[in-house]
Amino acid sequence: MTKENGGQPLLRVEDIHISFGVLKALNGVSLEVRAGEILAVIGPNGAGKTTLINVISGVYRPSEGHIFWKGQDITPMVPHHRAGLGMARTFQNVALFKGMTVLDNILVGRNLTMHSGFFSQGFYWGLAQKEEIRHREAVERVIDWLEIEHIRKTPAGMLPYGLQKRVELGRALAAEPGLLLLDEPMAGMNLEEKEDIARFILDANEELGTTIVLIEHDMGVVMDISDRLVVLDYGDKIGQGTPEEIRRNEKVIKAYLGTARKK
Amino acid sequence: MIYRECGVFKASYREDMAIFPIPLDRWGVIVILGMAFLVVPFLASDYWLGSLLIPFLVFSLAALGLNFLTGYAGQLSIGHAAFMAVGAYMSLILYGRYGVPLILSLLGGGLVAAAVGAVFGIPSLRIKGFYLAVSTLAAQFIIEWVLTHWKWVSGGVFGTVDTPPMQVFGWAIDTPVKKYYLVLSFVVVLTLFGKNLVRGQLGRAWMGIRDMDVAAEIIGISLFRYKLLAFAVSSFYAGVAGGLITFAYYGAANIEAFHLTVSFHLLGMIIIGGMGSVLGSFFGGGFITLLPIFINQFSRSFGTMLKSDLLACIELIIFGGLIIIFLIVEPYGLARLWHTLKEKLRLWPFPY
Amino acid sequence: MAFAIEVVIGGLLVGIMYSLVALGFALIYKASGIFNFAQGDMTLFAALALVGFLTVLPLWLAILAVLALMVILAMAIEAIVLRPLVARPPLALFMATIGLAFLLQGIGQGIWGTDPKGLNIGISDTPFEIKGLMVSQFDLVGAVLSGGLVFGLVWFFQKSRTGRALRAVSDDHEAALSVGIPLNKAWAITWAISGVVALVAGIMWGSRLGVQFSLSLIALKALPVLILGGIDSIPGAIIAGLVVGASENLAEVFLGPYVGGGIQNFFPYLLALVVLWFKPYGMFGREIIERV
Repeated sequence: MTKENGGQPLLRVEDIHISFGVLKALNGVSLEVRAGEILAVIGPNGAGKTTLINVISGVYRPSEGHIFWKGQDITPMVPHHRAGLGMARTFQNVALFKGMTVLDNILVGRNLTMHSGFFSQGFYWGLAQKEEIRHREAVERVIDWLEIEHIRKTPAGMLPYGLQKRVELGRALAAEPGLLLLDEPMAGMNLEEKEDIARFILDANEELGTTIVLIEHDMGVVMDISDRLVVLDYGDKIGQGTPEEIRRNEKVIKAYLGTARKK
Repeated sequence: MIYRECGVFKASYREDMAIFPIPLDRWGVIVILGMAFLVVPFLASDYWLGSLLIPFLVFSLAALGLNFLTGYAGQLSIGHAAFMAVGAYMSLILYGRYGVPLILSLLGGGLVAAAVGAVFGIPSLRIKGFYLAVSTLAAQFIIEWVLTHWKWVSGGVFGTVDTPPMQVFGWAIDTPVKKYYLVLSFVVVLTLFGKNLVRGQLGRAWMGIRDMDVAAEIIGISLFRYKLLAFAVSSFYAGVAGGLITFAYYGAANIEAFHLTVSFHLLGMIIIGGMGSVLGSFFGGGFITLLPIFINQFSRSFGTMLKSDLLACIELIIFGGLIIIFLIVEPYGLARLWHTLKEKLRLWPFPY
Repeated sequence: MAFAIEVVIGGLLVGIMYSLVALGFALIYKASGIFNFAQGDMTLFAALALVGFLTVLPLWLAILAVLALMVILAMAIEAIVLRPLVARPPLALFMATIGLAFLLQGIGQGIWGTDPKGLNIGISDTPFEIKGLMVSQFDLVGAVLSGGLVFGLVWFFQKSRTGRALRAVSDDHEAALSVGIPLNKAWAITWAISGVVALVAGIMWGSRLGVQFSLSLIALKALPVLILGGIDSIPGAIIAGLVVGASENLAEVFLGPYVGGGIQNFFPYLLALVVLWFKPYGMFGREIIERV
């Protein structure tokens, strides 16, 4: 475990409240994300998991509460600045740019690291040209890693669902983020595909050191790969801890996991 | 087999990412440019040069501008001719009243149009969809009014201001051939520039905003910056086009030439030609510019000369009908049809 | 002071007529989710047809004939333009209606000619006095008729079964299909109603301004009314029409002389822009929430 920032967590969410009309989506939720860990957020549908991710990435503004990044309060920060801090994410409903090729989709992920000016791009010389080539190389590494070379020039809208999810993961990874927020990256996949994605997630965490926050329903996968879990139920946090601790947590069992029937 | 991609191996990313990676494409473009610059001026009549090719080039440039905004960045704009008007009047004022050199005046007209475009683009930060489309109409009406009522612009003469004789670096630009070269040079340079823009970081950011702006923002694309940039760049192109057509075609700046109907023609050009495609802008521009000629020729070949009124009505019917037909049959326009044709030529004459 | 009130009243009356046109837009949007840019040209088409029929038929028969024509037109539009595009995004449909606008312009003027025509339906234009204020008789009749039509339509949409089905279609037409609402019938009905609205608007405005190309531009005036009120709000269209009518008149009369006149062409748009900045979906429009 890296002990940077004097032992401070990478991300700290403090007492977040947010409502949509009369529906209280999050009710005073607090949690910590430690650098280098894989943290899973689980809970029944409608528990507020995606809302939590949306609040962290800045899509929603909480009515109360704060978010701290490496100790700094980023609650008022707009989404595209948060991306600049090193946050990347995938979405529950695949949010690929359907009109662009896979290559372009992933290249967009590197947008923040590109600095060439307007005129340099227009004449495609100097800095712009060098950058495009350099970023193309970086993106090709991601494409290699995710084993999607064969579809790199295909328009994203024409890909099967499983591959779309993988491309989305690639786009998030291309940004070389410090924190990766994954919203149900394995939804709708078969066993083989899930194993692939799980492998990619683990590799990203171990090889690249990326901190990962993961929303997922497949308990087998979650228990396998996560370092810690946080459990939400109708806007409340009802448990957190290691997979072992959560498995034994009574409240969580009642709300979500269920127990094996005794014969 | 005609359109070959096999045997073309790119040995580096650099080659793969060149502007025209397939040699046949590259040669095609060089040939077309060569013909445009060296052959056409000697073979084409003054009528063709002055009344057909120049409007075709200019409107294609304006359509390209609109394509940046609507086709790439996804912001529907139905008042774009107004920015052409800004460029027209501004370049005329710079050249005619202040003696700024012609090329700088044309670019200056474009810059002013870009600034105005950016201002009218501000609503796009809050307003979307149909609401935004209608608010772009505001640009059309407000600009029309300002250009005709603001004395500094209209010089006290309501509506029309003649262009003084043109010259560049001491050469007089008075024949259709010379005007053609002027227009062609601007269009070629700006089009290449534009093509580079849209296949790079800027184009990708725009398309991201078009396809799913919430996701784009979260990735780190500042909607504010890129939307305004889209308005500015597209208005720049429109402004330069406006200046060009004023100097090289109309010979005078007249607000009527940039009326709402022209805005719709521009939109029609990119729908028919292909949204989100540089080539498409030219297909569309050519199509719409040449349509009246074709109808006229067509009716003449049948022995009847149609009244100009009826001709205008037929144009409207065909224009409207084609927009609908293209939307139904080929929403990506002529550019996609061209692309499909090239794909078929990859195999022809083999069946599969 | 009396003059100012007259200006306001005049504006309000005109405003109701704007509301009528805006209503045509709002109805089609409400019932099919499509923003019909061709509404203005439908108005022109209806007016042209009426004038054409009036040369051979008495007034009431001519009106019925145009009514029938508009219904047939609606069915044709639904079958030829809308049905092939049913699965496409709303923006594509919107652009199709732009094409439709040109098509109707061309056909209408091709058949009945482009020269301006007068339309006299027997309402005189002499102003008469109410409590010392001058009010145009014509504007008053127009306002009453428009108001009546507006109430009728609101009742239809809120209370009748067909109206409810139409509202379902607008909300999500694929879902409506799945519960058995015949989409093509629903769309045809909506466009027919819109055609009727276009006819009434055509009669009103045609008598006021003469039947010519500029009639289709009235629709362009109605657009800021529409977005000011919110494109799917019927009360919004009414209130916004009044606001625009009154303010446009006031602006032209009181501000106009200082800046050279002609303000009324763009003032409604400016007003709409300002309001939209604070309320991006219009005063009463429904906010579209995107789930990420």
